[in-house]
Amino acid sequence: MAYSFDFSSLLDYTPVLVDGVATTVALTAVSTVLGVALGIGGAAARTSSVKPLAVVVGAYVELIRNTPFLVQLFFIFFGLPSLGIRLAEWQAAVLAMVINLGAYSTEIIRAGIEATPKGQIEAGASLGMTGPQIFRYVVLGPAMAKIWPALTSQIVIVMLGSSVCSQIAAEELSFAANFIQSRNFRPFEVYFLATALYLALAVGLRWIFSLMGQRMFAKGVSRA
Amino acid sequence: MLNFTLWDILSNLLLAARWTVLLSLIAFVSGGVAGLLLLVARVSPVPPLRIAAKLFIEVFQGTPLLMQLFIVFFALPLIGIETSAWTSAAVALTLFTAAYLAEIWRGCVEAVPKGQWEASASLAMTFPEQMRHVILPQALRIAVPPTVGFSVQVVKGTAVTSIIGFVEVTKAGTMITNATFQPFLVYGLVGLIYFALCYPLSLSAKALERKLNVAR
Repeated sequence: MAYSFDFSSLLDYTPVLVDGVATTVALTAVSTVLGVALGIGGAAARTSSVKPLAVVVGAYVELIRNTPFLVQLFFIFFGLPSLGIRLAEWQAAVLAMVINLGAYSTEIIRAGIEATPKGQIEAGASLGMTGPQIFRYVVLGPAMAKIWPALTSQIVIVMLGSSVCSQIAAEELSFAANFIQSRNFRPFEVYFLATALYLALAVGLRWIFSLMGQRMFAKGVSRA
Repeated sequence: MLNFTLWDILSNLLLAARWTVLLSLIAFVSGGVAGLLLLVARVSPVPPLRIAAKLFIEVFQGTPLLMQLFIVFFALPLIGIETSAWTSAAVALTLFTAAYLAEIWRGCVEAVPKGQWEASASLAMTFPEQMRHVILPQALRIAVPPTVGFSVQVVKGTAVTSIIGFVEVTKAGTMITNATFQPFLVYGLVGLIYFALCYPLSLSAKALERKLNVAR
């Protein structure tokens, strides 16, 4: 018997899907801002001359990059309560995403920082700039411009990875898809649509980031 | 109530880790073969093949692995193929790996100087001959470090298969947690097992890269 596809039954669930997309976007937006901030801090620490700080951040980066996001999420959501840290689903999801993106972006931004020509740092120092000033005005801008495409890819990966947050009942897009298929028993149609929505989100995210990159970095180093 | 010793928990997790390793190997090897075919299509002189390969890669890199798993899990029965969690996991991870490896390798192929293509074409080599004798041997050298690096993503990707009910180390962790009520310990150990699997791969990728840079 041939299977007859029925996408029309999904129409009734439009609000659920819209909510799911909105939650995925919100999770991604918040964790991008916090995760990249963490990454900038991490990269500064990793390239700093304070050895213990560099080592600790290095251990954090390796630990996160060599374990699956799903396990990090479970550890935070199910494991931390035994230390008395109880988080709501969305809080655990955001925390896991921030920690995850923080580790990857530390490594990416560090690569950009290390590509800064030494002469520029010396030039900054000879202008009487302090270390933090050099980092802020001389090193960071060009570094971010260099690694912008890599950072964009990583943020897309984190957005796609957020789909497993459905497993701790954070109500994002995959959760919405699971919910709908448990109601209308049309798993293929639901997941197909959800996948298409993720693809659209990924394409949209890349587009936004390339526009941002053009705006922020088009004039090269003259910014700041 | 039963009591579980640390060794009970760890030994069961390690037993389940066999399936993580096996699934990773299957996905990596079959994904590598499929990725090679995809790569040839992606750089071939035939436009429809190129476009189809590009589309395949875009779709698999732009959608979550979890959704790919669900679609394979629910779509294969629709075309009359009986699926288990095993087959679905293997098929989805193979396609996922193929897409990423093809894209990584495309970068390596493009790093081969254009003159090599032109020289081999001027020797009247056909496209398969060019690939076989001129391009791939040179691309292979630079492809090794990022390929080893990507194997870490494959191992970590297998964790997601726990969601469709494939019993590997993450799923085993969930099951053991449900019996022991010690999520902190169990998921901590699960994380360490993954780390023990992945960190050597990451290190060797880095070492290979360094070796290659020195050679150049």
